[in-house]
Amino acid sequence: MKRIALLGMPNTGKSTFFNRLTGASARVGNWPGITVDLLSAKIILGNMVAQVVDLPGIYSFHGFSEDEKVVRDFLESNPVDAVAIVLNAAQLDRQLPFALQVVRLGLPTVLLLNMADEARHLGINIDARKMSEILRIPVILLSAKYGSGFQHVTQNLARAISANVTAGAGDVEQAFAEDHQIEAKAADLLSAAVRSPKQLPENTSARIDRVLLHPWLGLPLFFLLMFLLFQFIFTLGKPMQDGVAWALTELRTLWLEPLMAGLPAFANGLLLDGIYSGVGTVAAFVPIIILFFLVMTLVEDSGYLSRVAFLMDALMARLGLDGRSFVMLLMGFGCNVPALMGTRVMRSRDLRLLTMLVIPFSLCSARLQVFLFITAALFTVETAPAVLFSLYLLSFTTALLTALAFKNRFVSNEPFVIELPPYRLPTWRQIGLRGWHEVRHFLKRASKFITAGVVAVWLLTHIPTDVPASSSETLAGYIAAWMAPLLSPIGIDAQLSLALIFGFVAKEIVVGSLAAIYGLEGDALMGLMAQKLDWVQAYSFMLFTLIYLPCLSTVATLRTESKSRAFMLGSILWSLLLAWLASFAFYQGARLFGF
Amino acid sequence: MESSLNLNHLKDGESAVIRSISADGALYHRLTGLGFRVGKAIAVVRHGRFKGPVQVRIGTTDIIMRRSDAEKIRIIATAAP
Ligand SMILES: Nc1nc2c(ncn2[C@@H]2O[C@H](COP(=O)(O)OP(=O)(O)OP(=O)(O)O)[C@@H](O)[C@H]2O)c(=O)[nH]1
Ligand SMILES: [Mg+2]
Repeated sequence: MKRIALLGMPNTGKSTFFNRLTGASARVGNWPGITVDLLSAKIILGNMVAQVVDLPGIYSFHGFSEDEKVVRDFLESNPVDAVAIVLNAAQLDRQLPFALQVVRLGLPTVLLLNMADEARHLGINIDARKMSEILRIPVILLSAKYGSGFQHVTQNLARAISANVTAGAGDVEQAFAEDHQIEAKAADLLSAAVRSPKQLPENTSARIDRVLLHPWLGLPLFFLLMFLLFQFIFTLGKPMQDGVAWALTELRTLWLEPLMAGLPAFANGLLLDGIYSGVGTVAAFVPIIILFFLVMTLVEDSGYLSRVAFLMDALMARLGLDGRSFVMLLMGFGCNVPALMGTRVMRSRDLRLLTMLVIPFSLCSARLQVFLFITAALFTVETAPAVLFSLYLLSFTTALLTALAFKNRFVSNEPFVIELPPYRLPTWRQIGLRGWHEVRHFLKRASKFITAGVVAVWLLTHIPTDVPASSSETLAGYIAAWMAPLLSPIGIDAQLSLALIFGFVAKEIVVGSLAAIYGLEGDALMGLMAQKLDWVQAYSFMLFTLIYLPCLSTVATLRTESKSRAFMLGSILWSLLLAWLASFAFYQGARLFGF
Repeated sequence: MESSLNLNHLKDGESAVIRSISADGALYHRLTGLGFRVGKAIAVVRHGRFKGPVQVRIGTTDIIMRRSDAEKIRIIATAAP
């Protein structure tokens, strides 16, 4: 099979191009360093099957950060039949030398000048044909985002891979050795084929920045924006969530219960009270989670993340981190795993480790489901949003306190130099792709972790079968009794502690297992929880859930990304300790004041 | 006096020409990739509060960098427009 590699600087639209070419759904975002790992997909080109590989962006081949190493290792250990270079057409002055270096590898190459729409907007005139004549490779002006210019792409790629010049690019190093002539060559090419206006008009991005990066308003605006987005998700998502929950309850009473009435009690209980209630309760959150990720897409694609890095860097520097660390914390709100991987753009190991230590405190969307569920059960409609927001603030606080506690162990003096891309808006297509991606992700988790988790919890609370379910004589009862000395001082009862244990696998299981334990769902479940717990216990439980342990995937990622078991264990111990102390202080404090 | 000017000496809205880049290895290559090249015009757009980063513009690319890194970019002041 033929192999085509996509090479280019960060944020030039390689993944956008990859998605359009192959129909894949690689993550796209207006932040340099969204892709930090290889992703490949197969397509048919002419009469051949070709594997297209999307790679992290690189500024040069001299880099040594983990994401840049991925590219280098890939090129050195995999034969490549053709290269597609993706450049930002609006920034050819700085990106052309890179392209010329790649051309020197001697592989069949197609040069893609992406973001033609933006270049045109800036009044930059590019003569692709002229450039192609000089370089003697195909040069295509296109827009991966809007799809223009694509008609020439496949045909040129097909021609490139049929040239049969496969190279294991063992000569990567050499091709990038001397750079002097390249600079001159790039300058010649630029003056022959590109005409830029002398004076660029002040563009929209600069005007928006004057407000959003305002010396005094910048930070308050950031917090305001976060709050508004949160309100938006909450107000719009809540009715959707209630709707799904209602539909699932109806389905159960109208269809499933009569259908399964003939089954033995044990099987009936496992299927209906265990799996259906458990997974159903979690599924009710799907709409709100999709909405959440759509908003995340909007934020990630807007280019605002780089602005946040600008606004936060001064504070982060005092905590031994940098602006990018804060952006990764924000990304962690979606899911901690990609945020941890996103730290690959950092060269300094200490900075990376310190950032990875704080990311697990980021209140990810799975934890959000637990909190939405519990706040809905135990707090009034008016106070619930404030309670949720307080948890977000606590998530930041624990992350920053952790950095403060460990900044002297992980000292770095990594340079902080990143590009500030223009503001962009995602297309509906991009938003749709991302939403679909998250649904698929959820279905995968639901069919594996979540189902397994609720089944395990249901079995533990119903075995042995001759004692009352969920009582202290069941297996679950024994486990809870064993945990009680540790968990009762923080107000967590037997049922909740069981949910916590399985919540380590995936946080959604916390909600699913509560449903399975009580064999109820929807309003009935919430009503019962409100009888069993008071708000102090509930808040203490949420505090503990927020901090105690990230999920299994996050822990596994911590291990692989840090390449250190000691680091992973240290991170776990610290979170457990911090969680217990925080809940203890809150619970006992609240009780002391008579709540 | 002229010779010791670096990027940190520019105020918001001022521009200059890059005279030399005194960074080593990895940072040098990163800066080159971002468009920092001797002889290029560079403008300072704004400075972050609380000794935050500085935003600069080279051609059509905007970059943010810490002041400790900006110090490594030596400049030749150009006449104010
Ligand atoms: N205006 C415009 N924006 C584009 C175009 N192609 C991509 N973008 C946007 O550019 C940003 C970066 O796109 P990505 O595809 O993530 O870039 P990448 O090269 O994969 O970036 P890294 O993975 O970080 O190296 C996103 O906001 C895209 O929506 C285009 O043709 N025109
Ligand atoms: Mg990418």
